[in-house]
Amino acid sequence: MKICVCIKQVPATTEVKFDPETNTLVREGVDSQINPFDVYALEEAVRVKERLQKEGEEATVTVLTMGPPQAEQALREAISLGADDAVLLSDRAFRGADTWATSYALAQALRKLQPDLVFCGMQAIDGDTGQVGPGIAVHLDYAQATYVAKIEALDKRKITVRRLVEQGYEVCAVRLPVVMTVVKEINEPRTPSLRGKMNAKKARIPVWKAADIEAPEEKLGLQGSPTQVVKVFSPPHREGGEKWTGEPEELADKLASLLKELEVV
Amino acid sequence: MDYFFTEEQQMMREVAREIAEKRIRPVAAEYDESGEFPWPIVEAIAEADLFRVFIPEEYEGMDLGTPVTNMCIVTEELSKACGGIALAFAATGLGTMPLLVAASDEQKKRWLPRIAAGTLAAFALTEANAGSDAGSVQTRAVLDGDHWVINGTKQWITNGGEAEIYTVFCVTDPSKGARGVSTIVVEKGTPGFSFGKKEDKLGIRASATRELVFQDCRVPKENLLGRPGTGFINAMKTFDLSRPGVAAQAVGIAQGALDLAVKYSRERHQFGQPISGFQGLRWMLADMATKVEAARALVYAVARWIDSGQAKRTTTYSAMSKCFAADVAMEVTTNAVQIFGGYGYMKEYPIEKYMRDAKITQIYEGTNQIQRDEIGRGLIAAAAAGE
Ligand SMILES: Cc1cc2nc3c(=O)[nH]c(=O)nc-3n(C[C@H](O)[C@H](O)[C@H](O)COP(=O)(O)OP(=O)(O)OC[C@H]3O[C@@H](n4cnc5c(N)ncnc54)[C@H](O)[C@@H]3O)c2cc1C
Ligand SMILES: Cc1cc2nc3c(=O)[nH]c(=O)nc-3n(C[C@H](O)[C@H](O)[C@H](O)COP(=O)(O)OP(=O)(O)OC[C@H]3O[C@@H](n4cnc5c(N)ncnc54)[C@H](O)[C@@H]3O)c2cc1C
Repeated sequence: MKICVCIKQVPATTEVKFDPETNTLVREGVDSQINPFDVYALEEAVRVKERLQKEGEEATVTVLTMGPPQAEQALREAISLGADDAVLLSDRAFRGADTWATSYALAQALRKLQPDLVFCGMQAIDGDTGQVGPGIAVHLDYAQATYVAKIEALDKRKITVRRLVEQGYEVCAVRLPVVMTVVKEINEPRTPSLRGKMNAKKARIPVWKAADIEAPEEKLGLQGSPTQVVKVFSPPHREGGEKWTGEPEELADKLASLLKELEVV
Repeated sequence: MDYFFTEEQQMMREVAREIAEKRIRPVAAEYDESGEFPWPIVEAIAEADLFRVFIPEEYEGMDLGTPVTNMCIVTEELSKACGGIALAFAATGLGTMPLLVAASDEQKKRWLPRIAAGTLAAFALTEANAGSDAGSVQTRAVLDGDHWVINGTKQWITNGGEAEIYTVFCVTDPSKGARGVSTIVVEKGTPGFSFGKKEDKLGIRASATRELVFQDCRVPKENLLGRPGTGFINAMKTFDLSRPGVAAQAVGIAQGALDLAVKYSRERHQFGQPISGFQGLRWMLADMATKVEAARALVYAVARWIDSGQAKRTTTYSAMSKCFAADVAMEVTTNAVQIFGGYGYMKEYPIEKYMRDAKITQIYEGTNQIQRDEIGRGLIAAAAAGE
């Protein structure tokens, strides 16, 4: 079974900064990490692989990312966590992609890789849209299962998953090939292993350009993006407020009369 | 400071550090309190290939020719977060050393790959009446056809009950004293082999310490390592290799305590300033840090020398590393509690545990008195030999 995991390299901080001119993320001088949700996706993929291998079946995990050359670091880290190999999609033509163009490029790469299972995180902590996974499924005409919290069963033709939905859980059986996005409760990711780290160091990671995935430039990057981010801003911090000190009863009275005054109660 | 570890050794350190920080530190206090055996963490250590670092590659290990240094690196990192949990790893190393020292190729093939994959091992020498005087063990093994029949009781065996593979020191020829002792491998589940209750301890409480009870326990003849009568020598050779590991555990515990003390000294305010502002306190920290670094330097110097295969008078230097690092750990952890003041005395804070955990490093694998005895004898012997 061929398993692919899409991972995104994101800033290793929640305090992201934007370039006010271009409305894009400032990545210089910021440490990067694998998008935390994607670590769960990778762990689940590696577990499926290990389970299949124990049953005597062949299985491999390939990680895929679209990003700048330094995203190779994220791919090596993924190998240290149990992936077998990796592909980096990197080309100037991919720059400025929105979720449509991102999922298109990833889908084109996946067409070459021919996976049975594709794992994604439920969302990226910087872009936060949660659209790329489902986007890939649509471009490839694969089935999709989002917010997967547990894999219940897997055979050569279908997978049964438990999805986290607002009211609780939903169990559904989906035919392969399938794109899944996972939530954190699906597993507890491992830490890197020594053999994984050695493999990561040795691994040769191919870089695929637009031509390698047979993608016309007009469908890629800024050109291929129907959405444009017009403005990104942080809401202003709430200022001031009043601080009261005193005896509990006294303060409760004061609060009650204020609420009445404001006609809240 | 940089100890110029090889690239692979640096990887081992990173792998161990991540387990220490992500998996061990958050639960160290819980395991200390409950005394439960930390199986989920042991499994993580196994999955990360760390049990391979002291086992040769031909037996599915990854020692890359430097088992002692690797063992020290991993033990130090794990011990920074919890000296007790680290011991599940380190004591497996100790239990494995007799195999490295004395087993035949066939015996190694039987047991080492399993240990490499994470099966725990244990080393069983001590008995109620044979502690420092290990040569006077009484557990008896008698040959009966193709089997050794073992009777006796081992005491305070680390990983006892949890490990699968035990290297047990038994008397095979009572007429020869220490020269009549042999090393026999006994696997958990062998009829006649059972465990006593788990000991309730001052420190390293996440580590399991139990009695091993042998009652007409029959093990195949082929489980004896080397020749009959070489057991005591095997034990001594094992200690030469393993004591730097205890020293590394001590360095890790000391460094863990020092790190917490430095952090606390910047947070705690008295007399209107952080206590790190007081010179008297900074001098304490300075002495602690200097001693930890000196201990670490000695440990890795000795470990490398042993790994080089060129070492002479290994016992002397191995004992120096263990003795010095253990004394440093006791002193540094005691002073770390002092820096925390009254808070340091409370179990709610993580620091008193380091002091409790440090103490064992002065006791097991030979008390520090015994180490000094070895060092002193080594010196005199070297002088007598004109070295
Ligand atoms: C702050 C911000 C706001 C943005 N807003 C929009 C917007 O409103 N509309 C829009 O179209 N674009 C937007 N973009 C651009 C867009 O988010 C990214 O370029 C991109 O396509 C990924 O979307 P995402 O980060 O939301 O990923 P998500 O869709 O949240 O990611 C889900 C999963 O898809 C996979 N994945 C995502 N990106 C990659 C990748 N590059 N390589 C491999 N796998 C990947 C991962 O498994 C990930 O967990 C925004 C970007 C930023 C930084
Ligand atoms: C938590 C724990 C885990 C252990 N794990 C293991 C294990 O896995 N395997 C194993 O085989 N054993 C293990 N031991 C046993 C340990 O190695 C012994 O406790 C240790 O060697 C000391 O022996 P003893 O306790 O009998 O002390 P004793 O030998 O009775 O010593 C008592 C005191 O006398 C001193 N003394 C003794 N002889 C001399 C001398 N010649 N010169 C100067 N002073 C001397 C000692 O230093 C000590 O201070 C463990 C012990 C503990 C507490």
